[in-house]
Amino acid sequence: MFKQKQNPNIHTISILVANKPGVLVRCAQVFARRGFNIDALVVSATVNPEFSRMTITAQGDPGTLDQIIKQTSKLVDVTHCSEHTGIDSIDREYALVKIKHSPSSKIALNKILKKFHANVIRTEKGVAIIEQSGTTQELDELEGLLKKFGIIEMVRSGKLVMVKGRQAT
Amino acid sequence: MNGAEALIHCLENFGVEYIWGLSGGAAIPIFDALVGSKIKLILVRHEQGATHMADGYARATGRPGVVLVTSGPGATNTVTGIMTAHMDSVPMIVLTGQTISPMLGKDAFQESDIFGITMPVVKHSYLVKVTNDIPRVIKEAFHITNTGRPGPVLIDLPKDVTSAPFTGDTLDPKMDIPGYQVAGKGNLADIKKMAKMFKGAKRPILLVGHGAVISRAGEAIKQLAYKLNAPVTNTLLGKGEFPETDPLSLGMLGMHGTAYANLGLTRCDLILSIGSRWDDRVNGNPAKFCIGAKKLHIDIDEAEIGKILQPDAYCIGDARLIVEELVKHVEPCDTNEWLAELNSYKKKHPLKFKTDKGLSAQYVLHELQELTQGRAIISTDVGQHQMWSAQFNLSINGRKWISSGGAGTMGFGFPAAIGAQFGCPNDLVVAVVGDGGFQMTLYELATVFIHKLPVKVLIIDNKYLGMVRQWQELFFDNRLSGVDLEGNPDFVKLAESYHVKGVHIDKPEHARERLKEALDYKGPVVIWAEVIKEGNVFPMIPAGKSAYEMIIEPPNASQKLEKPTGST
Repeated sequence: MFKQKQNPNIHTISILVANKPGVLVRCAQVFARRGFNIDALVVSATVNPEFSRMTITAQGDPGTLDQIIKQTSKLVDVTHCSEHTGIDSIDREYALVKIKHSPSSKIALNKILKKFHANVIRTEKGVAIIEQSGTTQELDELEGLLKKFGIIEMVRSGKLVMVKGRQAT
Repeated sequence: MNGAEALIHCLENFGVEYIWGLSGGAAIPIFDALVGSKIKLILVRHEQGATHMADGYARATGRPGVVLVTSGPGATNTVTGIMTAHMDSVPMIVLTGQTISPMLGKDAFQESDIFGITMPVVKHSYLVKVTNDIPRVIKEAFHITNTGRPGPVLIDLPKDVTSAPFTGDTLDPKMDIPGYQVAGKGNLADIKKMAKMFKGAKRPILLVGHGAVISRAGEAIKQLAYKLNAPVTNTLLGKGEFPETDPLSLGMLGMHGTAYANLGLTRCDLILSIGSRWDDRVNGNPAKFCIGAKKLHIDIDEAEIGKILQPDAYCIGDARLIVEELVKHVEPCDTNEWLAELNSYKKKHPLKFKTDKGLSAQYVLHELQELTQGRAIISTDVGQHQMWSAQFNLSINGRKWISSGGAGTMGFGFPAAIGAQFGCPNDLVVAVVGDGGFQMTLYELATVFIHKLPVKVLIIDNKYLGMVRQWQELFFDNRLSGVDLEGNPDFVKLAESYHVKGVHIDKPEHARERLKEALDYKGPVVIWAEVIKEGNVFPMIPAGKSAYEMIIEPPNASQKLEKPTGST
């Protein structure tokens, strides 16, 4: 489950875009045309309401990535596009996991959740919904451990990235 | 004032002379606003023709061409023309009518999502939702289409948006394109690094592409070539920006380029591309392109740097400004031996053709060259005639050679010639077309007749889709498939039925005289040249191969050639 960290074909790209119709499709087309599969895509507000931030996790040939970044950068509505390696930046994901739950598994579950700073946010009729935020690796790890309880479904936000230090992402 | 009137007002303010278009329900308010405007509306017979006319106008003048069509099929008929302009970096504004905004996405009559359909082939596009946005959108569109690397901009205009009253404060608002930046004069350190690379170069070559034409870098390139004493080759679209008649010119390189240009590639120790994108017609195989030579790249589009091959030095910005600066920093190279070597190739492998087997296409084009001496604007279609014209119609001015390069759009040549003639009314404009491509857009004969445009259409009729036939002959055991244009019309009669003069050439003896008669005629002429059917274009570098594997002479019939691996 930790292959994301090792796989050189997985990239995290941050794109700052002007809030204009079609900008998401234009960016996605650049990735698709060059054979990149988008694993996760987050579009979110920035402090300036005229701009949005897109954070894309995508798989593809590293040699092609430079070309994709340049082609994305040249889109009229794109202000900035860059890859983040995790060395210059921090990244976090958020997950909701719905698992089978019974009183007998409560202690074992709580032990695991504590280790991962995850919380039960709702329980009912044999079901618990758990929230977790952390690195992709931590989310993958918890998912692995929760499997034994029986995962009914899982929703993940996709990665958010922010550059370290004073400079903007 | 309604939205459509505001739109036309803005177009007038941008100096638009012509709009090429075809009307329809969703565009009626815009056509209505054109009544009484100083912009001249040119009604075409098919929307594709309108886009190629705007394209030819833009290439000949450097000013963006404007197209106006209706929604649905009217809009989708422009897609080929938009793609053609996009591939060759041509400024163009395409205005499409659209169904009323409450009906968007509801499969309304003649609704097409043209904003979505064209997204991959435009530089930028708009779907206007608010009438008062029209002036800003037009201003941005004109800025975007013809700055940096030019390209088409599409503006989709719902009918309710163009019909509603315009209540904005100004027709000249501020632009709002924070993400759009245009590269300028280039970084001086980058230019100096390139200049250093020339030190000690014994066999340099300058490669002139379309970017040089767009930025009008010709004079600067001349200075650079003369100072370095370096030979110059050009791409198909770079023809003429450095005169092909200059002793330093090697003519066109690439798949059907001259033998001496391509042999030069195999021997050079440095190549500087000025506004070319190392296209596959040029490099054949990037891994085997100018092996061992230093590669230098000037381009206004950063995404072109390293796309096909990794340069040893590069500079991003306007070709003319960069070359003007580069000239100051280079020292003359010792190229006497190099130029002597290239001249020996010129002597050994000149472009040639047979004259003993009837009327050849090359002969007709050679005669055209003798009569025009590079002074005419030549607009070609796509295929064998295009390559022959590129080889034999030497160009001395980048704006006088118009051809669909990247897209290879058949049907382009004739309407593009019409657009060029609108833009340059005092020039002799010749459309060199094949019998295949001409039949894709020949209905625009009506347009030349109505507007009394003296365009000359030279049809090189070999009754085949000749380039594909050539490939089938050389690489597919002459198994001809889908190339025989049986049933071609009598093109003279066809022209006459459109009230256009027709001239027929089928023998070498009368080629010169009839060509001259046609070129001297004061109105439009269709010149129907029936040429030998099985002519082939040589030299040829099979797709996917490099200049090292060029076929200079036609191979023997017994010689088996392997199928090309490269794209088309």
